[in-house]
Amino acid sequence: MASNEMKLLGAWPSPFVLRARIALNIKSVEYEFMEENVLVTKSDLLLKSNPVYKKIPVLIHGERPICESLIIVQYVDEVWASGPAILPSDPYDRAVARFWAVYLDDKWFPSLTAILMSDGEEAKKTALEQAIQGLDLLEEAFTKCSKGQNFFGGDKIGYLDIALGSFLGWVRVIQIMANVSLIDESKTPNLFKWDQDFSGHDAVKDVLPETDKLVEFSKFLVAKVKGSGTK
Amino acid sequence: MAEELNVLRTWSSPWGLRVVYALKMKGLEYETILEDLKNKSDLLLEHNPVYKKIPVLVHNGKPICESLVILEYIDDTWKQCPLLPQDPYERAMARFWAKFGDDKLLPSIRSGFYTRGKEQEEGVATAIGNLKFIEKLLKGKKFFGGDTIGYLDLAFGWMANVISIMEEIAEIKLIDAETFPLISAWINNFSTHPMIKDLWPPRDRMIEKYKAIREPYLRKEA
Repeated sequence: MASNEMKLLGAWPSPFVLRARIALNIKSVEYEFMEENVLVTKSDLLLKSNPVYKKIPVLIHGERPICESLIIVQYVDEVWASGPAILPSDPYDRAVARFWAVYLDDKWFPSLTAILMSDGEEAKKTALEQAIQGLDLLEEAFTKCSKGQNFFGGDKIGYLDIALGSFLGWVRVIQIMANVSLIDESKTPNLFKWDQDFSGHDAVKDVLPETDKLVEFSKFLVAKVKGSGTK
Repeated sequence: MAEELNVLRTWSSPWGLRVVYALKMKGLEYETILEDLKNKSDLLLEHNPVYKKIPVLVHNGKPICESLVILEYIDDTWKQCPLLPQDPYERAMARFWAKFGDDKLLPSIRSGFYTRGKEQEEGVATAIGNLKFIEKLLKGKKFFGGDTIGYLDLAFGWMANVISIMEEIAEIKLIDAETFPLISAWINNFSTHPMIKDLWPPRDRMIEKYKAIREPYLRKEA
């Protein structure tokens, strides 16, 4: 493989893979997308490139694999430093963006998936409350981060837009499947508008999975997770 | 303008130590504000409303939370003595392993510490498997950062600080000098480093603290 060849091991439903794709699109980097059907089997290349977690996304740059979606996004930002910046330039703004991205992965996304995956109405209700609380925090964060512009990154999409925006497909799925409202024009007006701006962005619109396809996939995923009796 | 740096932390938290070591490496003056986690100060609750946890770095009145985020902030703000490597791939690797330490390695070590019997054996085995990845990282190096302490050394500081204490209390062996010669050497080099040793929490207090933390888990099992 040439030293500047890019491959991305991923799967179309994965929000984490989407983050890597959006970052590469922002920088206009060409890459080969290698679809993994991780629920069925993991390729030798995936197992070799990510022996620690055996998970997607994995970005392979030349011969070197980079794993973990947010680490990939930062890597892409640093390698293609001459392209549009993904992390903000100010250190404090960077810290704020990083803080919220960590929050999304550690706290918010688990409560989002628990709305679909947990057993019993009480557990689902608690998960929903936590997810809504998180969105309220992000609604507030948007005002501070965007500084009056359309994105968390200001006038262009940035790190936190990518970190949260990658989950929008799944937010829509959960709204449909659980019959709940998460991003709502009256309750979270900033996020509602931002959702539209983000989803329509050139770097995003062609890689964002279609909601109906994702709904079908989610039915399959829930059945597999619950049916197997393991988490 | 004179920089005002405050670190909200506890006497023992390895996450708090990450921050003060980073500030020391950069030659920065700061004030520690010691927190009692059973009685959190208004300042802590104001500066970290989301998690209500330490550490918090307060720089000229602005709070930054989450220890690894704080390390990157310190590195972004003060360019002397870089903590992260310059090369983007090496940076990605440092970030990856720091996260692995927190997300995988530490939980596996805790599972060996908080349990007994078969569950403990399994926990210890998993932890040892995870430690093998870390041993490989030190090949040809004194520190994870190379010749000097860097981001990943600070991120792994909890290993040097806490593992031997857990081993002693739970009567388990995780870092055997024969199996892990490089990690063993690193623990010694790190903990005796002049920048590090002055802030090292006293071992006897740590043992007391971790015994107390472990107790409820053992009672649950009985």
